[in-house]
Amino acid sequence: MNNEIVMAGFGGQGVLLIGKLMAYAGMKAGHEVTWMPSYGPEMRGGTCNCTVVLSDQPIGSPISKRPHALIVLNLPSLDKFEDSVRPGGIIVVNTSLINRLPRRTDVTVVPVAANEIAVELGNAKAANMVALGAYLGASGLVDRDNVNEVLAEAFASRPKVVATNQQALQRGYEIGQAQCVAVAAR
Amino acid sequence: MAKKLMKGCEAIGEAAIHAGCRLFFGYPITPQNEIPEYMSARLPQVGGVFVQAESEVAASNMLYGASGAGCRVFTSSSSPGISLMMEGVSYMAGAELPVVIVNIMRGGPGLGGILPSQSDYFQATKGGGHGDYRLLVLAPSTVQEAADLVIDAFDLADTYRNPVMILGDGLIGQIMEPVEFKKEIKPEDLPEKPWATTGCAGRARNIINSLYLDPEELEAHNWAIYAKYQEMAKEVRHEAFNTEGGCDVLIVAYGTVARITKTAIEMAREKGLKIGLFRPITLYPYPTEALVKAAEGAKAVLVSELSTGQMVEDVRAAIAGRKEVAFHGRVGGMVMGPDDLVEQAEKLVAVPA
Repeated sequence: MNNEIVMAGFGGQGVLLIGKLMAYAGMKAGHEVTWMPSYGPEMRGGTCNCTVVLSDQPIGSPISKRPHALIVLNLPSLDKFEDSVRPGGIIVVNTSLINRLPRRTDVTVVPVAANEIAVELGNAKAANMVALGAYLGASGLVDRDNVNEVLAEAFASRPKVVATNQQALQRGYEIGQAQCVAVAAR
Repeated sequence: MAKKLMKGCEAIGEAAIHAGCRLFFGYPITPQNEIPEYMSARLPQVGGVFVQAESEVAASNMLYGASGAGCRVFTSSSSPGISLMMEGVSYMAGAELPVVIVNIMRGGPGLGGILPSQSDYFQATKGGGHGDYRLLVLAPSTVQEAADLVIDAFDLADTYRNPVMILGDGLIGQIMEPVEFKKEIKPEDLPEKPWATTGCAGRARNIINSLYLDPEELEAHNWAIYAKYQEMAKEVRHEAFNTEGGCDVLIVAYGTVARITKTAIEMAREKGLKIGLFRPITLYPYPTEALVKAAEGAKAVLVSELSTGQMVEDVRAAIAGRKEVAFHGRVGGMVMGPDDLVEQAEKLVAVPA
Protein backbone atom coordinates (compact mmCIF):
# COMPACT_ATOMS: atom_id res chain seq x y z
CA MET A 1 0.00 0.00 0.00
CA ASN A 2 1.31 3.41 -0.97
CA ASN A 3 -1.02 6.41 -1.01
CA GLU A 4 -0.15 9.99 -1.74
CA ILE A 5 -2.86 12.53 -0.90
CA VAL A 6 -2.79 16.27 -1.56
CA MET A 7 -5.04 18.59 0.44
CA ALA A 8 -5.44 22.19 -0.64
CA GLY A 9 -7.47 25.30 0.09
CA PHE A 10 -7.26 28.85 1.43
CA GLY A 11 -5.03 29.51 4.42
CA GLY A 12 -7.32 29.19 7.46
CA GLN A 13 -9.61 26.47 6.08
CA GLY A 14 -7.70 23.84 8.02
CA VAL A 15 -6.12 21.79 5.24
CA LEU A 16 -2.86 21.43 7.18
CA LEU A 17 -4.85 20.19 10.18
CA ILE A 18 -6.77 17.49 8.30
CA GLY A 19 -3.47 16.38 6.78
CA LYS A 20 -1.94 16.09 10.24
CA LEU A 21 -4.94 14.16 11.56
CA MET A 22 -4.69 11.74 8.65
CA ALA A 23 -0.98 11.28 9.26
CA TYR A 24 -1.51 10.76 13.01
CA ALA A 25 -4.28 8.26 12.37
CA GLY A 26 -2.13 6.45 9.80
CA MET A 27 0.74 6.26 12.28
CA LYS A 28 -1.59 4.82 14.93
CA ALA A 29 -2.73 2.20 12.42
CA GLY A 30 0.90 1.15 12.02
CA HIS A 31 1.64 2.71 8.63
CA GLU A 32 4.69 4.68 7.60
CA VAL A 33 3.59 8.32 7.23
CA THR A 34 4.90 11.68 6.12
CA TRP A 35 3.22 15.09 6.19
CA MET A 36 4.75 17.85 4.14
CA PRO A 37 3.30 21.39 4.09
CA SER A 38 3.74 23.96 1.37
CA TYR A 39 5.80 26.57 3.18
CA GLY A 40 6.46 29.13 0.48
CA PRO A 41 6.04 32.84 1.18
CA GLU A 42 2.25 32.61 1.55
CA MET A 43 0.00 35.49 2.53
CA ARG A 44 -2.98 35.31 4.84
CA GLY A 45 -5.95 34.18 2.75
CA GLY A 46 -3.61 32.81 0.09
CA THR A 47 -3.53 29.21 -1.02
CA CYS A 48 -2.14 26.49 1.15
CA ASN A 49 -1.57 22.79 0.68
CA CYS A 50 0.01 19.73 2.18
CA THR A 51 0.89 16.25 1.03
CA VAL A 52 0.38 13.15 3.15
CA VAL A 53 1.97 9.84 2.19
CA LEU A 54 0.75 6.63 3.83
CA SER A 55 2.68 3.49 3.04
CA ASP A 56 3.60 0.00 4.19
CA GLN A 57 7.22 0.69 3.20
CA PRO A 58 9.65 3.37 4.39
CA ILE A 59 8.71 6.51 2.47
CA GLY A 60 11.11 7.96 -0.09
CA SER A 61 9.85 11.18 -1.59
CA PRO A 62 7.38 12.98 0.70
CA ILE A 63 6.25 15.20 -2.17
CA SER A 64 4.13 13.93 -5.03
CA LYS A 65 3.67 15.10 -8.58
CA ARG A 66 1.08 12.32 -9.20
CA PRO A 67 -1.06 11.93 -6.06
CA HIS A 68 -3.62 9.16 -5.68
CA ALA A 69 -6.13 11.58 -4.21
CA LEU A 70 -6.92 15.26 -3.94
CA ILE A 71 -9.08 17.07 -1.41
CA VAL A 72 -9.83 20.62 -2.55
CA LEU A 73 -11.63 23.22 -0.50
CA ASN A 74 -11.43 26.13 -2.97
CA LEU A 75 -11.42 26.74 -6.73
CA PRO A 76 -7.77 27.84 -7.21
CA SER A 77 -6.71 24.52 -5.67
CA LEU A 78 -8.89 22.50 -8.04
CA ASP A 79 -7.50 24.48 -11.00
CA LYS A 80 -3.95 23.90 -9.83
CA PHE A 81 -4.03 20.21 -8.88
CA GLU A 82 -6.84 18.58 -10.92
CA ASP A 83 -4.58 17.34 -13.72
CA SER A 84 -2.00 15.88 -11.35
CA VAL A 85 -4.25 13.17 -9.89
CA ARG A 86 -3.51 9.63 -11.06
CA PRO A 87 -6.12 7.92 -13.22
CA GLY A 88 -8.38 5.88 -10.97
CA GLY A 89 -7.80 8.30 -8.10
CA ILE A 90 -10.23 10.31 -5.99
CA ILE A 91 -11.04 14.03 -6.03
CA VAL A 92 -13.08 15.41 -3.14
CA VAL A 93 -14.56 18.77 -4.16
CA ASN A 94 -16.00 21.28 -1.72
CA THR A 95 -19.02 22.39 -3.75
CA SER A 96 -19.84 25.10 -1.21
CA LEU A 97 -16.99 27.20 -2.59
CA ILE A 98 -16.21 25.57 -5.94
CA ASN A 99 -18.67 26.32 -8.73
CA ARG A 100 -17.53 23.60 -11.11
CA LEU A 101 -16.91 19.87 -10.99
CA PRO A 102 -13.62 18.34 -12.12
CA ARG A 103 -13.31 17.85 -15.88
CA ARG A 104 -11.55 14.55 -15.34
CA THR A 105 -13.58 11.46 -16.22
CA ASP A 106 -10.97 8.89 -15.16
CA VAL A 107 -11.21 9.55 -11.41
CA THR A 108 -13.87 9.15 -8.71
CA VAL A 109 -15.32 12.56 -7.97
CA VAL A 110 -16.85 13.13 -4.53
CA PRO A 111 -18.80 16.41 -4.44
CA VAL A 112 -19.53 17.56 -0.90
CA ALA A 113 -21.09 20.83 0.33
CA ALA A 114 -18.66 20.97 3.19
CA ASN A 115 -19.35 24.51 4.41
CA GLU A 116 -23.15 24.15 4.40
CA ILE A 117 -22.97 20.86 6.28
CA ALA A 118 -20.58 22.36 8.83
CA VAL A 119 -22.91 25.33 9.40
CA GLU A 120 -25.85 22.93 9.79
CA LEU A 121 -23.91 21.13 12.50
CA GLY A 122 -23.31 24.42 14.28
CA ASN A 123 -19.58 24.71 13.67
CA ALA A 124 -18.74 26.59 10.47
CA LYS A 125 -15.05 25.85 10.98
CA ALA A 126 -15.57 22.11 10.62
CA ALA A 127 -15.90 22.16 6.81
CA ASN A 128 -12.42 20.66 6.59
CA MET A 129 -13.57 17.69 8.69
CA VAL A 130 -16.55 17.10 6.41
CA ALA A 131 -14.16 16.98 3.44
CA LEU A 132 -11.76 14.66 5.27
CA GLY A 133 -14.67 12.39 6.21
CA ALA A 134 -15.81 12.31 2.57
CA TYR A 135 -12.33 11.20 1.51
CA LEU A 136 -12.13 8.51 4.18
CA GLY A 137 -15.59 7.27 3.20
CA ALA A 138 -14.70 7.11 -0.47
CA SER A 139 -11.25 5.59 -0.04
CA GLY A 140 -11.66 3.40 3.05
CA LEU A 141 -7.99 4.17 3.56
CA VAL A 142 -7.68 5.10 7.23
CA ASP A 143 -10.02 3.68 9.84
CA ARG A 144 -12.51 6.32 10.89
CA ASP A 145 -12.20 5.24 14.52
CA ASN A 146 -8.49 6.07 14.41
CA VAL A 147 -9.28 9.56 13.14
CA ASN A 148 -11.95 10.04 15.80
CA GLU A 149 -9.43 8.98 18.41
CA VAL A 150 -6.72 11.42 17.26
CA LEU A 151 -9.37 14.18 17.04
CA ALA A 152 -10.22 13.55 20.67
CA GLU A 153 -6.53 13.69 21.59
CA ALA A 154 -5.83 16.83 19.54
CA PHE A 155 -8.70 18.77 21.14
CA ALA A 156 -8.67 17.05 24.52
CA SER A 157 -9.20 20.34 26.38
CA ARG A 158 -12.28 21.27 24.29
CA PRO A 159 -14.81 18.40 24.35
CA LYS A 160 -17.46 20.42 22.48
CA VAL A 161 -15.05 20.97 19.58
CA VAL A 162 -14.35 17.24 19.51
CA ALA A 163 -18.05 16.41 19.33
CA THR A 164 -18.92 18.75 16.44
CA ASN A 165 -15.82 17.75 14.52
CA GLN A 166 -16.61 14.08 14.94
CA GLN A 167 -20.16 14.72 13.70
CA ALA A 168 -18.75 16.61 10.71
CA LEU A 169 -16.39 13.74 9.98
CA GLN A 170 -19.28 11.27 10.18
CA ARG A 171 -21.51 13.29 7.79
CA GLY A 172 -18.69 13.55 5.30
CA TYR A 173 -17.93 9.85 5.66
CA GLU A 174 -21.49 8.86 4.77
CA ILE A 175 -21.44 11.09 1.68
CA GLY A 176 -18.10 9.68 0.54
CA GLN A 177 -19.22 6.12 1.06
CA ALA A 178 -22.52 6.66 -0.78
CA GLN A 179 -20.72 8.29 -3.70
CA CYS A 180 -18.31 5.39 -3.92
CA VAL A 181 -21.15 2.87 -3.99
CA ALA A 182 -22.92 4.93 -6.67
CA VAL A 183 -19.78 4.97 -8.84
CA ALA A 184 -19.31 1.24 -8.41
CA ALA A 185 -22.93 0.59 -9.42
CA ARG A 186 -22.59 2.62 -12.61
CA MET B 1 9.08 5.77 24.50
CA ALA B 2 6.25 5.71 21.93
CA LYS B 3 6.65 7.22 18.49
CA LYS B 4 5.53 10.83 18.12
CA LEU B 5 4.64 12.63 14.91
CA MET B 6 6.94 15.65 14.80
CA LYS B 7 8.24 18.23 12.38
CA GLY B 8 11.92 17.82 11.54
CA CYS B 9 12.72 21.14 13.22
CA GLU B 10 10.89 20.20 16.42
CA ALA B 11 12.55 16.78 16.53
CA ILE B 12 15.95 18.46 16.20
CA GLY B 13 15.11 20.70 19.16
CA GLU B 14 13.84 17.81 21.30
CA ALA B 15 16.91 15.75 20.38
CA ALA B 16 19.21 18.52 21.66
CA ILE B 17 17.38 18.39 24.99
CA HIS B 18 17.73 14.58 25.04
CA ALA B 19 21.47 15.09 24.44
CA GLY B 20 21.67 17.06 27.69
CA CYS B 21 21.88 20.47 26.01
CA ARG B 22 20.26 23.24 28.01
CA LEU B 23 21.40 26.33 26.09
CA PHE B 24 20.24 27.78 22.79
CA PHE B 25 21.39 31.08 21.31
CA GLY B 26 20.13 32.09 17.89
CA TYR B 27 18.32 34.48 15.64
CA PRO B 28 15.18 33.69 13.61
CA ILE B 29 15.24 32.86 9.91
CA THR B 30 12.94 30.76 7.69
CA PRO B 31 12.79 27.76 7.12
CA GLN B 32 14.03 26.72 10.57
CA ASN B 33 12.07 29.02 12.90
CA GLU B 34 10.32 26.04 14.45
CA ILE B 35 13.65 25.13 16.12
CA PRO B 36 14.04 28.36 18.14
CA GLU B 37 10.27 28.45 18.68
CA TYR B 38 10.38 24.94 20.11
CA MET B 39 13.46 25.65 22.23
CA SER B 40 11.98 28.88 23.60
CA ALA B 41 9.07 26.84 24.98
CA ARG B 42 10.95 23.69 26.02
CA LEU B 43 14.19 24.96 27.54
CA PRO B 44 12.59 26.86 30.44
CA GLN B 45 10.65 23.66 31.31
CA VAL B 46 13.90 21.75 31.83
CA GLY B 47 15.85 24.50 33.58
CA GLY B 48 17.58 25.67 30.42
CA VAL B 49 18.12 29.06 28.83
CA PHE B 50 16.91 30.32 25.47
CA VAL B 51 18.27 33.62 24.20
CA GLN B 52 17.15 35.31 21.01
CA ALA B 53 20.35 37.19 20.28
CA GLU B 54 20.50 40.59 18.60
CA SER B 55 22.12 39.00 15.56
CA GLU B 56 23.66 35.78 14.31
CA VAL B 57 27.13 37.21 14.92
CA ALA B 58 26.21 37.78 18.56
CA ALA B 59 24.65 34.32 18.84
CA SER B 60 27.81 32.63 17.57
CA ASN B 61 29.90 34.48 20.15
CA MET B 62 27.46 33.45 22.89
CA LEU B 63 28.08 29.86 21.76
CA TYR B 64 31.81 30.47 22.11
CA GLY B 65 31.38 31.69 25.67
CA ALA B 66 29.02 28.93 26.78
CA SER B 67 31.11 26.18 25.20
CA GLY B 68 34.25 27.63 26.75
CA ALA B 69 32.53 27.37 30.11
CA GLY B 70 32.07 23.65 29.48
CA CYS B 71 28.35 23.60 28.60
CA ARG B 72 26.60 21.71 25.84
CA VAL B 73 25.20 24.42 23.59
CA PHE B 74 23.63 24.65 20.18
CA THR B 75 22.22 26.96 17.58
CA SER B 76 20.30 26.70 14.37
CA SER B 77 19.95 28.95 11.39
CA SER B 78 19.57 28.90 7.64
CA SER B 79 22.07 29.75 4.94
CA PRO B 80 22.41 33.60 5.17
CA GLY B 81 22.30 33.37 8.97
CA ILE B 82 24.99 30.67 8.96
CA SER B 83 27.22 32.98 6.88
CA LEU B 84 26.86 35.63 9.57
CA MET B 85 27.86 33.10 12.23
CA MET B 86 31.01 32.09 10.41
CA GLU B 87 33.30 34.47 12.30
CA GLY B 88 32.35 32.79 15.57
CA VAL B 89 32.54 29.33 14.02
CA SER B 90 36.11 29.92 12.85
CA TYR B 91 37.05 31.16 16.34
CA MET B 92 35.45 28.07 17.89
CA ALA B 93 37.36 25.79 15.55
CA GLY B 94 40.55 27.69 16.45
CA ALA B 95 39.85 27.59 20.19
CA GLU B 96 38.79 23.91 19.91
CA LEU B 97 35.30 24.40 21.27
CA PRO B 98 32.58 21.75 20.93
CA VAL B 99 29.30 23.15 19.66
CA VAL B 100 26.46 21.89 17.49
CA ILE B 101 25.24 24.07 14.63
CA VAL B 102 22.17 23.20 12.57
CA ASN B 103 21.92 24.63 9.05
CA ILE B 104 18.50 24.16 7.44
CA MET B 105 19.61 25.29 4.00
CA ARG B 106 17.65 27.54 1.67
CA GLY B 107 18.39 28.67 -1.87
CA GLY B 108 21.09 31.30 -2.42
CA PRO B 109 23.32 33.14 -3.06
CA GLY B 110 22.53 36.25 -1.02
CA LEU B 111 19.10 36.19 0.59
CA GLY B 112 17.97 33.75 -2.09
CA GLY B 113 14.67 32.03 -1.27
CA ILE B 114 13.30 29.87 1.52
CA LEU B 115 12.65 26.59 -0.29
CA PRO B 116 14.78 23.43 -0.04
CA SER B 117 18.33 23.65 -1.34
CA GLN B 118 21.72 22.03 -0.79
CA SER B 119 23.65 25.09 -1.81
CA ASP B 120 25.88 25.27 1.27
CA TYR B 121 27.78 22.00 0.84
CA PHE B 122 31.05 23.77 0.06
CA GLN B 123 30.64 26.15 2.99
CA ALA B 124 29.84 23.32 5.40
CA THR B 125 32.46 20.78 4.32
CA LYS B 126 35.40 22.99 3.39
CA GLY B 127 35.46 25.04 6.57
CA GLY B 128 33.08 27.90 5.88
CA GLY B 129 34.80 30.73 7.69
CA HIS B 130 38.39 31.93 7.40
CA GLY B 131 41.35 29.85 8.47
CA ASP B 132 42.42 26.30 7.79
CA TYR B 133 39.79 24.28 9.63
CA ARG B 134 37.02 21.73 9.10
CA LEU B 135 33.66 21.02 10.65
CA LEU B 136 32.38 17.50 11.15
CA VAL B 137 29.24 17.53 8.97
CA LEU B 138 26.24 15.18 9.28
CA ALA B 139 23.41 15.06 6.73
CA PRO B 140 20.11 13.47 7.83
CA SER B 141 17.49 12.33 5.32
CA THR B 142 14.59 11.52 7.66
CA VAL B 143 13.19 13.10 10.81
CA GLN B 144 14.25 10.07 12.86
CA GLU B 145 17.77 10.31 11.51
CA ALA B 146 17.87 14.05 12.18
CA ALA B 147 16.99 13.39 15.83
CA ASP B 148 19.54 10.56 16.14
CA LEU B 149 22.30 12.57 14.48
CA VAL B 150 21.72 15.61 16.70
CA ILE B 151 22.28 13.45 19.77
CA ASP B 152 25.42 11.93 18.20
CA ALA B 153 26.60 15.39 17.13
CA PHE B 154 26.95 16.53 20.74
CA ASP B 155 29.07 13.49 21.59
CA LEU B 156 31.22 13.94 18.48
CA ALA B 157 31.70 17.64 19.22
CA ASP B 158 32.89 16.81 22.74
CA THR B 159 35.11 13.94 21.56
CA TYR B 160 36.95 16.06 19.01
CA ARG B 161 36.50 19.45 20.70
CA ASN B 162 35.31 20.78 17.37
CA PRO B 163 32.13 22.34 15.99
CA VAL B 164 29.77 19.80 14.39
CA MET B 165 27.24 20.84 11.78
CA ILE B 166 23.93 19.18 10.96
CA LEU B 167 23.26 19.99 7.31
CA GLY B 168 19.60 19.71 6.36
CA ASP B 169 17.26 21.58 4.08
CA GLY B 170 13.79 23.06 4.20
CA LEU B 171 12.17 19.73 3.44
CA ILE B 172 13.85 17.90 6.31
CA GLY B 173 12.98 20.82 8.59
CA GLN B 174 9.31 21.10 7.62
CA ILE B 175 8.26 17.51 7.07
CA MET B 176 6.43 15.59 9.83
CA GLU B 177 7.31 11.95 10.43
CA PRO B 178 7.10 9.54 13.34
CA VAL B 179 10.11 9.85 15.62
CA GLU B 180 11.27 8.04 18.71
CA PHE B 181 13.85 9.30 21.20
CA LYS B 182 15.88 6.31 22.21
CA LYS B 183 18.10 7.76 24.91
CA GLU B 184 18.12 10.66 27.28
CA ILE B 185 21.29 12.13 28.70
CA LYS B 186 21.06 14.25 31.84
CA PRO B 187 23.40 17.27 31.88
CA GLU B 188 24.71 16.24 35.32
CA ASP B 189 25.77 12.85 33.93
CA LEU B 190 27.99 14.32 31.23
CA PRO B 191 31.73 13.79 31.63
CA GLU B 192 33.82 16.64 33.06
CA LYS B 193 35.63 18.92 30.62
CA PRO B 194 38.99 19.55 32.31
CA TRP B 195 39.95 22.16 29.69
CA ALA B 196 36.90 24.38 30.33
CA THR B 197 36.97 27.72 32.16
CA THR B 198 34.95 26.70 35.19
CA GLY B 199 36.86 28.60 37.90
CA CYS B 200 40.50 27.85 38.61
CA ALA B 201 40.53 27.56 42.42
CA GLY B 202 43.03 24.83 43.25
CA ARG B 203 44.25 24.28 39.68
CA ALA B 204 46.14 26.04 36.90
CA ARG B 205 44.19 28.52 34.77
CA ASN B 206 42.54 27.26 31.59
CA ILE B 207 42.70 29.61 28.63
CA ILE B 208 40.27 29.52 25.71
CA ASN B 209 41.83 31.41 22.83
CA SER B 210 42.40 31.35 19.08
CA LEU B 211 45.11 34.04 18.92
CA TYR B 212 48.68 32.79 18.36
CA LEU B 213 51.07 35.59 17.41
CA ASP B 214 54.12 33.34 17.45
CA PRO B 215 54.18 31.66 14.01
CA GLU B 216 55.92 28.54 15.28
CA GLU B 217 53.29 28.13 17.94
CA LEU B 218 50.47 28.73 15.43
CA GLU B 219 51.95 26.22 13.00
CA ALA B 220 52.10 23.61 15.74
CA HIS B 221 48.48 24.42 16.67
CA ASN B 222 47.34 24.14 13.05
CA TRP B 223 48.99 20.73 12.66
CA ALA B 224 47.48 19.63 15.96
CA ILE B 225 43.94 20.44 14.86
CA TYR B 226 44.71 18.90 11.46
CA ALA B 227 45.62 15.68 13.27
CA LYS B 228 42.14 15.73 14.81
CA TYR B 229 40.57 15.94 11.35
CA GLN B 230 42.64 12.94 10.30
CA GLU B 231 41.40 11.06 13.33
CA MET B 232 37.80 12.04 12.54
CA ALA B 233 38.09 9.90 9.39
CA LYS B 234 37.05 6.92 11.51
CA GLU B 235 33.64 8.52 12.03
CA VAL B 236 32.61 8.09 8.37
CA ARG B 237 29.04 6.89 7.88
CA HIS B 238 27.09 6.03 4.80
CA GLU B 239 24.14 4.01 3.54
CA ALA B 240 24.36 1.84 0.43
CA PHE B 241 20.90 0.88 -0.79
CA ASN B 242 20.05 -1.60 -3.56
CA THR B 243 23.71 -1.95 -4.53
CA GLU B 244 24.19 -5.66 -3.70
CA GLY B 245 25.35 -7.52 -6.77
CA GLY B 246 25.99 -4.30 -8.67
CA CYS B 247 23.59 -1.93 -10.39
CA ASP B 248 23.03 -0.19 -13.72
CA VAL B 249 23.31 3.31 -12.30
CA LEU B 250 24.62 4.30 -8.88
CA ILE B 251 23.07 7.57 -7.74
CA VAL B 252 25.12 9.42 -5.14
CA ALA B 253 22.91 11.76 -3.13
CA TYR B 254 22.45 12.99 0.44
CA GLY B 255 19.57 14.33 2.53
CA THR B 256 16.35 15.09 0.68
CA VAL B 257 17.67 13.99 -2.73
CA ALA B 258 18.60 10.59 -1.29
CA ARG B 259 15.04 9.90 -0.25
CA ILE B 260 13.70 11.00 -3.62
CA THR B 261 16.22 8.55 -5.11
CA LYS B 262 14.64 5.74 -3.06
CA THR B 263 11.31 6.42 -4.77
CA ALA B 264 13.14 6.56 -8.12
CA ILE B 265 14.62 3.12 -7.36
CA GLU B 266 11.09 1.69 -7.07
CA MET B 267 9.95 3.38 -10.29
CA ALA B 268 13.02 2.17 -12.18
CA ARG B 269 12.53 -1.40 -10.94
CA GLU B 270 9.19 -1.52 -12.79
CA LYS B 271 11.09 -0.61 -15.97
CA GLY B 272 13.76 -3.25 -15.44
CA LEU B 273 16.46 -0.70 -14.59
CA LYS B 274 18.45 -1.21 -11.41
CA ILE B 275 19.36 2.00 -9.64
CA GLY B 276 21.53 1.84 -6.53
CA LEU B 277 21.87 4.61 -3.96
CA PHE B 278 25.03 5.66 -2.19
CA ARG B 279 24.12 8.10 0.54
CA PRO B 280 26.90 9.75 2.53
CA ILE B 281 25.69 10.50 6.06
CA THR B 282 28.94 12.20 7.05
CA LEU B 283 29.77 14.82 4.43
CA TYR B 284 33.01 15.58 6.26
CA PRO B 285 34.75 13.22 6.70
CA TYR B 286 33.58 11.91 3.33
CA PRO B 287 33.02 8.13 3.03
CA THR B 288 35.43 7.87 0.09
CA GLU B 289 36.48 4.22 0.43
CA ALA B 290 32.92 2.93 0.68
CA LEU B 291 31.91 5.04 -2.31
CA VAL B 292 34.70 3.65 -4.46
CA LYS B 293 33.62 0.15 -3.53
CA ALA B 294 29.93 0.83 -4.32
CA ALA B 295 30.87 2.43 -7.64
CA GLU B 296 32.92 -0.62 -8.70
CA GLY B 297 29.76 -2.63 -9.31
CA ALA B 298 27.94 0.16 -11.18
CA LYS B 299 27.81 0.65 -14.94
CA ALA B 300 27.37 4.40 -14.49
CA VAL B 301 27.59 6.92 -11.65
CA LEU B 302 25.23 9.89 -11.31
CA VAL B 303 25.49 12.55 -8.61
CA SER B 304 22.30 14.45 -7.87
CA GLU B 305 22.09 17.52 -5.67
CA LEU B 306 19.94 20.58 -5.04
CA SER B 307 22.84 22.71 -6.27
CA THR B 308 24.70 23.41 -9.50
CA GLY B 309 27.25 20.79 -8.46
CA GLN B 310 29.19 20.80 -5.18
CA MET B 311 29.39 17.32 -3.67
CA VAL B 312 30.04 16.05 -7.20
CA GLU B 313 33.61 17.40 -6.80
CA ASP B 314 34.22 15.10 -3.81
CA VAL B 315 32.72 12.18 -5.73
CA ARG B 316 34.94 12.86 -8.76
CA ALA B 317 37.97 13.12 -6.45
CA ALA B 318 37.06 9.75 -4.92
CA ILE B 319 36.37 8.00 -8.24
CA ALA B 320 39.60 9.57 -9.57
CA GLY B 321 38.85 9.06 -13.24
CA ARG B 322 38.04 5.35 -12.94
CA LYS B 323 34.51 6.09 -14.19
CA GLU B 324 32.58 8.93 -15.75
CA VAL B 325 30.63 10.80 -13.08
CA ALA B 326 27.48 12.47 -14.43
CA PHE B 327 25.60 15.21 -12.60
CA HIS B 328 21.96 16.28 -12.30
CA GLY B 329 20.98 19.27 -10.17
CA ARG B 330 17.98 21.47 -9.46
CA VAL B 331 18.39 24.82 -7.73
CA GLY B 332 16.55 27.83 -6.38
CA GLY B 333 14.15 25.77 -4.27
CA MET B 334 13.06 23.53 -7.15
CA VAL B 335 13.21 19.85 -6.21
CA MET B 336 13.64 17.06 -8.77
CA GLY B 337 10.96 14.39 -8.87
CA PRO B 338 11.80 10.68 -8.79
CA ASP B 339 10.74 10.49 -12.45
CA ASP B 340 13.46 13.03 -13.35
CA LEU B 341 16.09 10.84 -11.71
CA VAL B 342 14.84 7.75 -13.54
CA GLU B 343 15.02 9.66 -16.82
CA GLN B 344 18.58 10.80 -16.12
CA ALA B 345 19.60 7.27 -15.19
CA GLU B 346 18.01 5.85 -18.37
CA LYS B 347 20.01 8.30 -20.48
CA LEU B 348 23.27 7.08 -18.95
CA VAL B 349 22.71 3.43 -19.83
CA ALA B 350 20.95 3.96 -23.17
CA VAL B 351 22.64 2.11 -26.01
CA PRO B 352 23.52 4.66 -28.72
CA ALA B 353 21.36 4.11 -31.82
